[in-house]
Amino acid sequence: MLKMIKSISAAAVLSVMAITGANAAGGNIDYKSVDWQHTGMFGTYDRSAAQRGLQVYREVCAGCHALELVAFRTLQDLGFTEAEVKAIAAEYEYVDGPDDEGEMFTRAGKPFDKFPAPFANEKAARASNGGAYPPDLSLMVKARSGAENYVYSLLTGFEEAPEGFDLPEGMHYNEYFPGHKIAMAPPLFEDGVEYSDGTKASVDQMAKDVTVFLAWAAEPKLEQRKNMGLKVILFLLLMSGIFYAAKRKVWSDVH
Amino acid sequence: MSFEPKNPVVKWVEHRLPIIGMMHHALYDYPTPKNLSYWWTFGSLAGFMLVVQIVTGIVLSMHYTAHVDLAFNSVEHIMRDVNYGWLLRYMHANGASMFFIVVYLHMFRGLYYGSYKAPRELLWWLGLVIFLLMMATAFMGYVLPWGQMSFWGATVITNLFGAIPVVGEAIVTWLWGGFSVDNPTLNRFFSLHYLLPFVIAGVVILHIWALHHHGSNNPTGIEIKDKQDSIPFHPYYTIKDLFGMAIFLIFFSAFLFYAPNYLGHPDNYIPANPLVTPAHIVPEWYFLPFYAILRAVPDKLGGVLLMFGAIAVLFALPWLDKSRVRSARFRPIYKQLFWIFVIDCVILTYVGGKPAEEPFILIGRLATAYYFLHILVLLPLVGLFEKHKPLPASISEAVLDKKPAAEGASNA
Repeated sequence: MLKMIKSISAAAVLSVMAITGANAAGGNIDYKSVDWQHTGMFGTYDRSAAQRGLQVYREVCAGCHALELVAFRTLQDLGFTEAEVKAIAAEYEYVDGPDDEGEMFTRAGKPFDKFPAPFANEKAARASNGGAYPPDLSLMVKARSGAENYVYSLLTGFEEAPEGFDLPEGMHYNEYFPGHKIAMAPPLFEDGVEYSDGTKASVDQMAKDVTVFLAWAAEPKLEQRKNMGLKVILFLLLMSGIFYAAKRKVWSDVH
Repeated sequence: MSFEPKNPVVKWVEHRLPIIGMMHHALYDYPTPKNLSYWWTFGSLAGFMLVVQIVTGIVLSMHYTAHVDLAFNSVEHIMRDVNYGWLLRYMHANGASMFFIVVYLHMFRGLYYGSYKAPRELLWWLGLVIFLLMMATAFMGYVLPWGQMSFWGATVITNLFGAIPVVGEAIVTWLWGGFSVDNPTLNRFFSLHYLLPFVIAGVVILHIWALHHHGSNNPTGIEIKDKQDSIPFHPYYTIKDLFGMAIFLIFFSAFLFYAPNYLGHPDNYIPANPLVTPAHIVPEWYFLPFYAILRAVPDKLGGVLLMFGAIAVLFALPWLDKSRVRSARFRPIYKQLFWIFVIDCVILTYVGGKPAEEPFILIGRLATAYYFLHILVLLPLVGLFEKHKPLPASISEAVLDKKPAAEGASNA
């Protein structure tokens, strides 16, 4: 059996190397690496960072980027009370209906609503953004290789274009964007938002905060998942032990 | 050991339909070689994974919507709103990978111990049919979330059929149900993705039937000769397989709970967009060796033929391998070749995930050439010229580690 474990481990290491190498195709940029609180086996989302990140999203990103998969009610995960969630939702307006007269009407947002998109459709979004389409951010962290580090690096990666770099009108130079030409203007500026908890709103701080918020938006069940995983694996270890003991007992009469 | 029920109800049923006796024979007193190693656990694990996929899949389909405008968000609805939907989806998505890991190990075990040789050729064939069905099912399943890789993977793979002379284009249109991968394609893929696992289950029954007819091969590759060599399946192998399964579930859980997207591709979290092609279109990891073979040939039809040929040659394996000794344990040269072949498959996997540029094109071609060289040339030749080690007289003797009887062998 020891021999088998050796063979399997060797095969596993080789395969993981093969797959990792394979998946790394194309994504050769080294992103800035941040030690996120929610990564790792016991990682949980940093609630206050995520709450600040929500503020950054609402005051900065939401001007152009939708977050269509996230319902207000789920903000309770981040430590907001039910009343706070209701208040946040109520700050948005939704067209609903038709009512009994057949008319559409406008109402305040409710916790079950999802974040409203800033533009009516993709065409309208492109028209307002020089032809570029600001993507929905609901899954952004999971939709890019580099994940959190990519989003954070991108947000803090705006620089002057190097000498001789051909930057078309309306584009911006970003160290971490593929091809370095990005239509999005640098979104974050020192004190661009005023944090209610007194945290200094530096570009770096805001980038980190909004990244934590977006990581949560992309993977809201992360904490439940890891929590359950720990219990399941502990149970399986115990079960393996019992099965192994039983196996030894059952096999003791085989010669 | 015949089945003689005492319970009157069981007796009554058994007299009319001997199904309980059949199950009893298959799962209880089925005589099994007593020397099976843990490599033999992967068969029952594969069966277990099929059940996991079917059960999670049925529940997922209750919440999924097969429509180009709704599919992507319906998957996110499962992830966010359905109770334990995230668990079901991650189980199903990672379960597919686990299924392939288990089946690949099961197949390599068959290669190492010569399990495909007479009288188990049909058993091997049925296994390959299951493998083909699995590939079709997994491919169509990957299309369902309707992300970027879903869409472009479907486009690339269905387009392969366009390489068929004369009728290729008509076949592709027929497969798509239109002139591009679109809503009809998604709908039929969903329908077939739901159907094929049950076809797999049917072939699994045939596979087990064929297995039980001659019994399992074993690490010595020698058939069971008398009662001494075998033990009943239950409780010996039920408990051994359960232990193996518990260990395997820990491995599965590590991915499921701590790296559920590791084996996936980030691009599939971007909704499908026919107007934007991803920088690199890569299939799921378990298709990468075949993808590498496909791309090793500059000609499209040639590549397609070679890719299907890579599996087709496996069907001929029982006749290509000329050695009368099954187990690599007694075949010193074949044993080395086996491990080189394994490394070759790992290299193909690696190259399959890399962009089509140097040096990967060259490495891919060499690895592809070696894949066929191994199966079509080396395997028959080794069988003819290799001098095998002395075989033990029986399984029991091998287990008791007695001095093996000399059987046309040089040394002991």
